[in-house]
Amino acid sequence: MAVKTVPREEKRPRSFYLLALFFALFVIFLYGPVVTILTLSFQGPSGGLTFPMNGVSFYWLERLWGGGGSVDIGSAFRRSLALGLTVMVLTVVISVLAGLAFRKKFRGSTALFYVAVASLIVPSIVVSLGIALEFRILDEILRPYLAAVGLTSPRGNSLGLFTSGLGSHLSWTLPFGLLIMFAVFNRLDKSYEEAARDLGATNWQSFRYVILPMIAPFLIGIALFGFTLSWDEIARSSQTMGSTNTLPLELAALTTTVTTPEIYALGTSVTAVSFTVIFGTLAAFLLLQRRRQRHAPKAG
Amino acid sequence: MTVTNDITASEASGSPEVSALPAKGQGVRKVPTSWTPWWVGYLQAAPMALVFLLFFILPLAATFVVSFWNYTEYSIEPAFVTTNYSDVFYGCFSGGSALCTTFATYLSTLKFVAIVWLLTLQIGFTVAYFLCFHVKTLPMQIALFMVCTIPFWTSNVIRMISWIPLLGRYGLVNETLQGLGLIDAPLEWLLYSDFAVALALVHLYTLFMVVPIFNSMMRIDKALIEAAYDAGASSWQTLTNIVIPLVKPGIVIGSIFVVTIVTGDYLTIGIMGGQQIASVGKVIQTQINFLQFPIAAANAIVLLAVVLLTIWGMLRLVDIRKEL
Repeated sequence: MAVKTVPREEKRPRSFYLLALFFALFVIFLYGPVVTILTLSFQGPSGGLTFPMNGVSFYWLERLWGGGGSVDIGSAFRRSLALGLTVMVLTVVISVLAGLAFRKKFRGSTALFYVAVASLIVPSIVVSLGIALEFRILDEILRPYLAAVGLTSPRGNSLGLFTSGLGSHLSWTLPFGLLIMFAVFNRLDKSYEEAARDLGATNWQSFRYVILPMIAPFLIGIALFGFTLSWDEIARSSQTMGSTNTLPLELAALTTTVTTPEIYALGTSVTAVSFTVIFGTLAAFLLLQRRRQRHAPKAG
Repeated sequence: MTVTNDITASEASGSPEVSALPAKGQGVRKVPTSWTPWWVGYLQAAPMALVFLLFFILPLAATFVVSFWNYTEYSIEPAFVTTNYSDVFYGCFSGGSALCTTFATYLSTLKFVAIVWLLTLQIGFTVAYFLCFHVKTLPMQIALFMVCTIPFWTSNVIRMISWIPLLGRYGLVNETLQGLGLIDAPLEWLLYSDFAVALALVHLYTLFMVVPIFNSMMRIDKALIEAAYDAGASSWQTLTNIVIPLVKPGIVIGSIFVVTIVTGDYLTIGIMGGQQIASVGKVIQTQINFLQFPIAAANAIVLLAVVLLTIWGMLRLVDIRKEL
């Protein structure tokens, strides 16, 4: 730790080039297929699902967004965006609160941690089915009482985007949020809070002016996870969205029915949103990190 | 693990001021503080606990309860019957030579688990090793790590369908092979096949191996590697005697992710298998579509038990909380 290792040899060993080649192939493997559908979404009007390109055009993208095509995605797109943003905000707030709680000792902390990890690794189809069943049972139980006070759900059940759907997404994003908070707080010395306290800061002041600036870049990371995981989530959504559909669900359904490059145009649009969010948050992360280093050279 | 601890300990004992400080700090912390009221922690943990209670614990409980219910063509009704479970395992224990549907499905899934686990482990370890030991500067390491991570934040379905123009009957691979004269007719097993499923699963989930293994590797004190070289170890000996034992926790965590994801998968197997290959998740989904909730619940409970047993076995090898 203390001693910096001196490079033993000037020349890179042969294994470096082999591994670099392996890594390059891995990156091509990761990105290659996506590049092909990005390319094919600009297929000419008479082009098909595979190469060669029959000209280059915005035909399929226009068809998709003009509403003239076989796919109506505008409303699903808006629903997913609204849900993703809600999940993002809630994931950040709830994860930070829980992260702060785990800095102190409280009864049940171990149980909560294991539940969070379990929520991450229990198959999503099981969770999805469970939430759907839970809501159906609750509806059955509550319906007589609600009817008695004149409240009856017009749709027949309470499964929906912002009830069961939101919950199913949080059960997926919060474990990631908590694990990131763990990683962050494990590296953040408790003496910062103690120093703040010694200087007379209140709880809120010590959080607002000491802890928050130090963890802010990582909160952006949690926000990124919160949005992108919700934006692409499909397995947990499958039974919990009620009568509505999110964008990935539409997309999965379309894989079996659409036989034109319109589906690639949709894929390109969805990926464009993902990339905007990813690179936007990464830029914000770097910006915050730099600002943090300028203001507090010794922090971290 | 122990090796690293020894070194830190010996370093600390070398400088008395450093070793004195933590002890003093611990002494201070033992005094109960009135600064933060005891209930604040509970209040802070409450939202997360509530979400998991409502959208994880209770749903699993509901699934367990419903798995004992009765169902007809039109409705499900509360009861306590074990017929759903006997339906799930129909023919499994009768002693016949043919495998029952459930066992056959799990066996098929197990095949994918084994293939995908082996491949993701090999690829993930190699990539992490390159990033950790061969990329010299931290900014470069972070940049290349991000290159690996970004696809994880994009849609899985899109990453699946992006194989279609490559692997289809008239896709790039077949056209190229035919153009080169290597094959006469298009290969049919490239898409909507076991091969396509395994390929897509490796494509989607190798990152789950890279991240924990990379995390463990970055914690290895580089001085240990130097020491091994100085003691005359070959690269291979260093790898097997130093690196692999120290990244074992990362390997186990990555394996847990990959194994559980593949076991419960139904989307990848559905889309890339052309809806022709069986998986437990797909069975459950089909039963849900026919509104046969109780038997779907019974299948879900069996799947859950299988997954939990697997994790339990793997967790005996490592303590996750230490790894963050």
